[in-house]
Amino acid sequence: MIGSPDVVAFTKEDDFGDSFTDPYSLPEEFTVPLFAHAASANPWTKTSYAKFAKDFILVSEFSEQVGPQPLLTIPNDPKVCGTFDLNYFSLRIMSVDYQASFVGHPPGSNYPKLNFVEDSKVVLGDSKEGAFAYVHHLTLYDLEARGFVRPFCMAYISADERKIMHQFQELSSEFSKASEFLKSGNRKAFANELEKKLRDLEYTRSVLHKEAELQKKNNGCYSTQAIDKANELANMEKSIYEHRDLLRQITSYPSRKKKDGDFVQHETEKPAETSVIDDSLNSNHSEVADKTVETECESRKSSYTPQLIKAKSAKCFDKRLKTMEELCNASFFHQTLEQLNTIEKSYRGDLCLIYTSQIDRALLSKQRITSFLFEAECDSEFGGTSKNFSVSSNNPTVPILNFSGEPQSLDSYTTCIDVDHIKPGVESMEGRPDSSTSDITQETSEAADTETKGSFSSDKSIEAFGGVSPSSLQTNYFDGLERKSKVSIASPSENESSSLAVPQRTSDGNLVPVDPTCCIGQDGFVFEEPLLELAQECYGDTVVNREPLSLLQGDPALQMDYILEESALAESPNMGLTFSELNTEEVAKITIEDVSDSTSFMSTSTSSDRAVSPFTYGNAATLKQKKKAGHSALRFIRQYPFAQQAISCLLSGRTLVILGVDEGTVRKLVNALFIFIPNLGKYGETVQPWLSSPFQLTDLQRWKLIGLQRAASPAGSSILHSLNRYSRYISILDCDSKTLRCPPYKGTLVSHLADHRTQIKRGSTYFLHVQGMLTQLTAKAFLYTFCHHIHLPMDINHQGLVTSRRTNFLLQLGYTVEESKIVQYLSELIKRHYIQGSSKGANQSFCFNYTTSYLYKI
Amino acid sequence: MLRWILGGREAQGTVEKSAALFIGEEQPKNCFTEMQVLKGHFDIVRFLVQIDDLRFASAGDDGLVLIWNVETGECLFVLRGHTQQITAMTSYTFIRGGTAHTALITASSDRTLSLWDPDSGNRVQNISDLQSSVKCLLVLAHLDVWLSGGNELCVWNRDLELRCKMVHHSDAGISAMVELPKNFIAAAMDKEIVIFKLNLSGSDIAVMAMRHLADHQDTIRSLIHINDRLFASGSHIGELIIWDSVDWTIQAYEHILWEEPARDSQSEFKLNHQKQIERSIQHMSSDGEYIVAAVGSGLYVYNVLMKSVVAYRRTAHDSNILHTMLQRDSLMSCSEDGSVRMWELQDLPLPAEPASSGFFGMFGTFGRSSKQTGPPAKKIPEVPGLRSLELIGDLIGHSGAVQMFLSFKEKGLVTCSTDQLLIVWKDGELQSQLRSLAVFQKLEENQGL
Repeated sequence: MIGSPDVVAFTKEDDFGDSFTDPYSLPEEFTVPLFAHAASANPWTKTSYAKFAKDFILVSEFSEQVGPQPLLTIPNDPKVCGTFDLNYFSLRIMSVDYQASFVGHPPGSNYPKLNFVEDSKVVLGDSKEGAFAYVHHLTLYDLEARGFVRPFCMAYISADERKIMHQFQELSSEFSKASEFLKSGNRKAFANELEKKLRDLEYTRSVLHKEAELQKKNNGCYSTQAIDKANELANMEKSIYEHRDLLRQITSYPSRKKKDGDFVQHETEKPAETSVIDDSLNSNHSEVADKTVETECESRKSSYTPQLIKAKSAKCFDKRLKTMEELCNASFFHQTLEQLNTIEKSYRGDLCLIYTSQIDRALLSKQRITSFLFEAECDSEFGGTSKNFSVSSNNPTVPILNFSGEPQSLDSYTTCIDVDHIKPGVESMEGRPDSSTSDITQETSEAADTETKGSFSSDKSIEAFGGVSPSSLQTNYFDGLERKSKVSIASPSENESSSLAVPQRTSDGNLVPVDPTCCIGQDGFVFEEPLLELAQECYGDTVVNREPLSLLQGDPALQMDYILEESALAESPNMGLTFSELNTEEVAKITIEDVSDSTSFMSTSTSSDRAVSPFTYGNAATLKQKKKAGHSALRFIRQYPFAQQAISCLLSGRTLVILGVDEGTVRKLVNALFIFIPNLGKYGETVQPWLSSPFQLTDLQRWKLIGLQRAASPAGSSILHSLNRYSRYISILDCDSKTLRCPPYKGTLVSHLADHRTQIKRGSTYFLHVQGMLTQLTAKAFLYTFCHHIHLPMDINHQGLVTSRRTNFLLQLGYTVEESKIVQYLSELIKRHYIQGSSKGANQSFCFNYTTSYLYKI
Repeated sequence: MLRWILGGREAQGTVEKSAALFIGEEQPKNCFTEMQVLKGHFDIVRFLVQIDDLRFASAGDDGLVLIWNVETGECLFVLRGHTQQITAMTSYTFIRGGTAHTALITASSDRTLSLWDPDSGNRVQNISDLQSSVKCLLVLAHLDVWLSGGNELCVWNRDLELRCKMVHHSDAGISAMVELPKNFIAAAMDKEIVIFKLNLSGSDIAVMAMRHLADHQDTIRSLIHINDRLFASGSHIGELIIWDSVDWTIQAYEHILWEEPARDSQSEFKLNHQKQIERSIQHMSSDGEYIVAAVGSGLYVYNVLMKSVVAYRRTAHDSNILHTMLQRDSLMSCSEDGSVRMWELQDLPLPAEPASSGFFGMFGTFGRSSKQTGPPAKKIPEVPGLRSLELIGDLIGHSGAVQMFLSFKEKGLVTCSTDQLLIVWKDGELQSQLRSLAVFQKLEENQGL
């Protein structure tokens, strides 16, 4: 069993004093841990032995009748799990911690005691199965169950161990939400059930009472029947009392929850008190405790007819246990499933990509002022994650312990790392240092040892990096696990299954930094010297299997992969070749479908889109759209020599009308171009993909990209009339005759953005490129908007002064007249957004220029 | 006509034929680079009245009166009460309790007159028992009364109490009124101008007709005040008469014929004959020295001091001009063709420039336009300081006739139209600078980003 003392701090505020920080380096929270790769290593080589194709979530139960059994998987597709033995894995995950939620008659108490245990969160690895899991244990109350509890667990199972370890906090908080749904639904259901049972019991008691009276009357007070009845009655009384107590406990939960964090200890003391509180008091208490439950019960009371309860309840194996859905309220259950689905979706793909997207979100959250231009607002569900980032970013941290203070040569550094690699494994074989073990941890590891040789709780690996401040936890966590994983992989026969337990118990479901005083990190180096040889030995083995971490630009391996991925999707003939050349057997096994379908390990294609198109977070539909958009934009650029002019129109806020007979062609062009629209809007409000009626002036204000039908009908001529009339405010791309009528554009900005000779082949890559360029442009616009001296002081009678200052500034930035218009347009949008907030309710004015348009032909 | 959308240069010619003037898209002197469309009316918007520096009222055929903020484009109040179209609207500023109040007076076809408080949006007073609908309103600030003209002439005080009433028996009512010195009023009634005198004896006011000036041959379409000594009237057939305000004698008489010079008839710009018929003086405006008359679809600028024509352009718009405004050397006009055009009075380079220039580009060059819009040819050499009216910009936005516009100087220009919209045109550069100012103010309030 793993208890809270085991959560030996990953870290401690560094003991090394002030550390050197490189002023040019990225803030700690935004760095991606580098992949200390050997030259030959392909970062995407899969080292997993997993029998399943991609990550999934398993919900299982320790049934009192049949033992551990899997209940459901998310996604609910047998293909996902493949040949993976769910039953076996359920047994594994349930064996870790189900007893933590023991409920029953605590010693010294006469009455059953509901233990409001917090969920336990552990990481478990099974190298034989190639599966690693974040396991979230929880207990639900069931009146018919033994000890009134049903232990459940939800597990996120992945072949990528680092993913689990690295995303532990995020997973934990997401799963806690799911668990909270289940538990609150369950509390309600349980309270209802208790209410019913109490009514039954009371009814039975009154019946028994009558019978007892009858017996007394008929047979006298001391007849055996009468005594039996009296006993039965007494039992019934006791039972009622117990149930009332249970009801009180369950209904008082919300008020308890509000209490501070020491409520776990509180819990242990309470039974003594509660047992002496008398009946009436309890019921009073329950009345006030939870209004919602109460009212619900009230309504049920009226409709429920009590039943007589038989003296002896059915045997435990005869009765059907309630399903999970019955245990919780149905709506809560579906909410949980929804949450689990969300988790599954958001953790799909490779760790690098998840990490990158997290960084991306964190960076985006710092871009409040300008993010509306080209980035969509983040989905709220990710708010929690990015919060984590911002929290950790508050503390300046030491990136890597060994650099932090100790004067160490490079040699000693590498040595130290090497030692770290092996240390946890060695440790677990040797037994743990006393200082680091709490009794509970000991239990678990002992239990695990019965079946595996090398079992260690994850804190041990982190321990090796002791002395790192909590804020750098993620990175170091990552490092530590990477190293450790190598150990287990290096000797798979020895560590057939290694259980990595990372217990994190908190009072309110959130993860809290662990008490640094528990930290024994400084002891971490004790074992270094003697283990040196061993470490070096191991090093040779581990290198090959090292997993990729690098997102370094110019990393050849990474680029290779991009090419690979491109060719794979473009169905190029040499695809098979590249595959087999670049990848190990495991990878080669993967079908092309798998590659494109975001598997957990070879998922660059899909997930890279996810990572780079920030405004599609949580929105699958737009994600696909974006992907396509990049592709069509690329085609548009190659196809139309005047693409630059068209794009510069969009960027400078001049409405572009795409005129054509064929709806498909027009829509395709609209799809190609909408990624260039600043302030596209969350739902793409500024685009009208297909319009077959004449547009109004106000439409020009609203829509920046319009697909317009060319028709010979009278309606068509009035459409053309409106085009004619508003020609000065719009640019017209005629896709039938392939002409563009718009103001000229001279400059390099858009030509970089839309170079028809571009080497970029894939839509998503191109989209990335566009996003990068636009971000750069946005930064310039931000600078231009908020540069104090350009705009101030302002004299209404000498407008020219400010105008010339502005023009000069833009010239200094290196922008031509046309490019200045783009920056100025973006700047106007930023100003409005800043002044008015994101609300679009206000009647916006519409800016334009008086410029001559030219006709461009293909 | 639609070829230009796709076509190259050759297509421009088509446009040239359909439009009298085409300035093109390059308009460096046009500062209105920002527009804001104001929606709120459900029918033709005909009247705009300025309330103060920030607010204006609009009214039209839907009977609604809307009060707007010109800076934000926000509709402050919707004044409901009239059941039929609004026929006249004016603002009325008076001093009460030491502070200036502005009220809004509206008249409608439903034969009601209403007095509104634009600060609260309340209808302060309403008169509904009129015998005829009011066609024009005139405020006499120094007497603290105002007049309504229709088939009857009524004098009201600020609380909408009838002070005096005079009924006419002619078919046509009063269509326009101007104030003359010494409590005289000139009112246009069909072909006549009637001079009324307001007699004030104590608190009583009496109105009496003093003289009928019947010098116009046709219905008077516009009547304006030029300065303290002069006023002007224009008729349906292009007669422009400048009157002395005191003794009501004719100071000048111009009959604008817009005749097609014979030599132009075989040029490639054949203008339709019905254009000649359109020479009604729809609107006039004056800055005290010049008056500009909207004659059909042309503009005619006249110097009242010199009693000479300054500039003219026979086809300034594609269709009848409805409203004009004169400011120094620049001029603005709006027309049934849905556009507002801005003109500049420019000195002629040298007289007698031959009209033979073969260039027919996008812009109307002087040579051509003078030829094209020339009045009777004999006039050209006679008039010394003749200047030209050059188009410097146009505002296109409305899809129907632009009924009227109202200038708020640097804050912008408001136009109202048959298409039920109002558009506020603003100087984009100035607005941008003001927004920057607002950004930095907010930055200061928030103490950083």
